Amino acid sequence: MNDLGKGTKRALLLGAVPFLMLVFALPFVNCVEPLVLGLPFVLFWILLWVALTPVVLFLAFKVEKKYNPPEDEEPR
Amino acid sequence: MNAALLIIFGTILAAAVIGITAGRRVKMDLENWTVGGRRFGAVLIWLLMAGEAYTTFTFLGASGWAYAKGAPTYYILIYGTLAYTVSFFILPPLWRIGKRLGLQTQPDFFAATYGSRGLGIFVAAVGVICILPYLQLQLAGLGFIVEIASGGAISARTAIVLAFLVTCAFVYASGIRGSARVSILKDVMMIAAVGIAGFGIPAAHFGGIGKMIRTLLARSPGHLTFPGAVPSMDVLWVMSTVLVTGLGFYMWPHLFGSTFSARSEKVIKRNAIVMPLYQLPIVLVVMVGFTAFLVLPGLKNPDTSFLALVRATYPSWFLGFVGAAGAVTAMVPASILVLFASTLLAKNVYQAGFRPGASEESVMRLSRTMVVVIAAAALVLALYFPNALVNLLLIGYDGVSQFFPGVALGLFWTRVTKTGVACGLGTGIVVAAFLVFGKYDPFLGMNAGFVALAMNAAVTVAVSLATKSHIRVQLRIRPESRPAVQR
Repeated sequence: MNDLGKGTKRALLLGAVPFLMLVFALPFVNCVEPLVLGLPFVLFWILLWVALTPVVLFLAFKVEKKYNPPEDEEPR
Repeated sequence: MNAALLIIFGTILAAAVIGITAGRRVKMDLENWTVGGRRFGAVLIWLLMAGEAYTTFTFLGASGWAYAKGAPTYYILIYGTLAYTVSFFILPPLWRIGKRLGLQTQPDFFAATYGSRGLGIFVAAVGVICILPYLQLQLAGLGFIVEIASGGAISARTAIVLAFLVTCAFVYASGIRGSARVSILKDVMMIAAVGIAGFGIPAAHFGGIGKMIRTLLARSPGHLTFPGAVPSMDVLWVMSTVLVTGLGFYMWPHLFGSTFSARSEKVIKRNAIVMPLYQLPIVLVVMVGFTAFLVLPGLKNPDTSFLALVRATYPSWFLGFVGAAGAVTAMVPASILVLFASTLLAKNVYQAGFRPGASEESVMRLSRTMVVVIAAAALVLALYFPNALVNLLLIGYDGVSQFFPGVALGLFWTRVTKTGVACGLGTGIVVAAFLVFGKYDPFLGMNAGFVALAMNAAVTVAVSLATKSHIRVQLRIRPESRPAVQR
């Protein structure tokens, strides 16, 4: 893993967030109350992090781009 | 002919026309047929990946699970999201290597990375074996949807045979472009069907999703948290299942191979960022399943809950629309599965194993022949050995997930060796098969595939450390260390 750039490392840390929230947090959110938006809490939690994952990945994208030189787009 | 039938036949006909004409202006060689000449931009890649990800399982399985099992169905929302997160990191370096070495399939990757033709052939064989039940599942689901949606006017058999002919025709003619184009039709219809039914059905029966949930909580309080109605599917099962299916998702040979159709790695990254949003509509399907749990108790087959409720709530033409949407939703993934299974057999088994000197034209011709062979095999399975929907998918998943250590370590860890990957892969497959077929699944509360994957990874690392890495292609993941050569 030594040839990983600094940007890639930080991006990977961000990439761990969905796993923390959608896998390892599950035992702690497995309840009905409080209902949020009419949904059981566990379902709300899952939907929340599904919806936030694009934000997290976008940040990872930005971080990578900042530290790693932007790769050239394929010429058409 | 009534409106429902008209909609169903019209949609299948439209899929045929769109699919067959999609590759018209392209000279069909293997590169164009399998990976679209590596020219797909953001829109086509999105259509392709979304087209593959949303299968009949979305319609039938998610609502069927919500109906029969309750909360464990949430796993479907989670695993896709994890899969796209993984893909954000894995697919761009994979694409880069594919571009550099001209890879078209998953076995190509294994053969090139580990310098082993044998490993490539083995991976191809496992891939085809896992694809077959998945393909059968699509065909069976399609027959089932169309039969119910047409009110029995079109039998499941007729629907399966008709859809099989259309799918074969457009894969044969257009390859992956056909699948991507038909996906436009599929996505529009499916989102419309899910949106209308998902909001409309709870509203029609309970006055809204919130009220439906409250009624459900009052009547069956345990249904909406893990483990729902199935004691063996508790939190640990959900966690291990989303891990193995999330990591295994892009290990499906067709999803893996689709990566190579992208024009650039940026296209793939952007796609990975937005794809989780596409998981959200699945919750609407889940809500329909929950409503069915309250309104239609005692359904003999839970997988019919979505269609049964649509029939009970809407006029028959809308049921026909849902059926048509379900039919194309099965045809798009089926087409890509057939395409990759065929290429795997022709290129990675036949050419690699028996005729290393075969010309590209003859491999291409054989691939096209294989389309018919593979689809016919799946057709026989679907017609004569129909099975429970979700369980099959989970078994296939257990198999393909075992490719993950070989792919991830191959991309990111220079110490991994051919022997390590071969031993790990073998261990994983044997353990998965033993646990699933020996009825030890879930094992200690965990998904059997996850147990197999963990052992696989451990063996891969241990054996790699004990053996010498030699002819492996040195893969660089940073763009700047990429040699400036044209393919």
